[in-house]
Amino acid sequence: MLKDIEHPLQKYIRPGTNYTTCPGCGNGILAQSTLRAIKNLELDFDNIVFVSGIGCAGWIPSPSFNTDVLHVTHGRAIAYATGVKLTNPKLKVVVFSGDGDLSAIGGNHFIHAARRNIDLTVICVNNRIYGMTSGQAAPTTPKNSKTTTTPYGNMENTFDLSDLAKSAGATFVARWTTYHARQLTKSIAKAIDKKGFSFIEAISQCPVHYGKVIGMRNDAPSMMKEFKSKSIHINKIDSLSNESSDDKIIVGELVNENEKAELTDLMQSLRTEVGTDG
Amino acid sequence: MIYIKKDMCKGCGLCIEFCPVNILKFSEDLNEKGVYPPEVTDINKCIECENCMIYCPDFAIFLEKGGVKNEK
Ligand SMILES: Cc1ncc(C[n+]2csc(CCOP(=O)(O)OP(=O)(O)O)c2C)c(N)n1
Ligand code: SF4
Ligand code: SF4
Ligand code: SF4
Ligand SMILES: [Mg+2]
Repeated sequence: MLKDIEHPLQKYIRPGTNYTTCPGCGNGILAQSTLRAIKNLELDFDNIVFVSGIGCAGWIPSPSFNTDVLHVTHGRAIAYATGVKLTNPKLKVVVFSGDGDLSAIGGNHFIHAARRNIDLTVICVNNRIYGMTSGQAAPTTPKNSKTTTTPYGNMENTFDLSDLAKSAGATFVARWTTYHARQLTKSIAKAIDKKGFSFIEAISQCPVHYGKVIGMRNDAPSMMKEFKSKSIHINKIDSLSNESSDDKIIVGELVNENEKAELTDLMQSLRTEVGTDG
Repeated sequence: MIYIKKDMCKGCGLCIEFCPVNILKFSEDLNEKGVYPPEVTDINKCIECENCMIYCPDFAIFLEKGGVKNEK
């Protein structure tokens, strides 16, 4: 008989819950990468609040992470997270958001949170599609991709979410894929540890609705092997001509600034200065 | 020692794909979900790299390090 031994991350999982994702979905890999980062940092789970929006990505922390989780309206996870952080700056606040949730309906919350440099960690699950609603094009869908809503190919340009976070003022930005689960764990730990707006773009597989678009229906292993072969580390990018880099996924820690003026700190100084503290 | 929570497995094959020493394969026992969970063919070849655990989206496979042989 097998000993009744538990998964090393089991203590973070709310009893009685499990992942209802489709087979091979990247979401569970990202759940593990995040929980392992928290384990490595030896953080008190009760001091972390997760906030997520609508879409499959929203179900990563909710209901399975056994701490406070706010599962809120579509696109508004960062707005709620801002409220949580300003109310109780001692909490670590981590947002999970899909690419549609974050950059379509929630696009303004995203860029303004980065601009304000509020101390949040935002993890975007970029599967380049609206997964939950069955595969409509998102602002992240590659050009020419045929999706449910772009049957002749997507004619729109694509947002580079990490670039957007960088230009808007984020303190820390990293992009990895689910193939880079270990690197993700390290970057997520840094992001949580670092004060200021931190953004993690996790390129992930939706084998059901994006897999079918690229000829890999229900084939998570092939999708992840493709992430591996298409990824190039930011430090090696100069050696590539522009032409060959088009199809590449640039991975690595793209921004890692020294900590700079952060919104909750500025608010606290203001309170002290004008005498409304306590 | 590799542990497989058979009924949590959704049969995606990621653990099998990313095992660097190819010691995982689909078993022939259907689980509660109606898929074939993996089984270990030769535990003595396991290098305890943790790939199977890290890449499993369903927390269904994990290991205890220390070279203990597989229990049945
Ligand atoms: C206000 C509002 N508009 C539209 C929807 C429908 N809807 C649900 S999830 C979703 C998009 C999900 O895509 P994404 O954020 O990329 O998450 P994924 O499912 O891919 O993880 C949409 C449009 C909604 N729930 N609420
Ligand atoms: S629809 Fe896609 S993103 Fe949603 S759970 Fe299924 S595989 Fe994952
Ligand atoms: S720990 Fe590594 S070598 Fe051992 S079974 Fe898992 S993937 Fe294979
Ligand atoms: S990775 Fe997990 S869910 Fe997928 S086949 Fe292996 S044990 Fe099953
Ligand atoms: Mg999506």
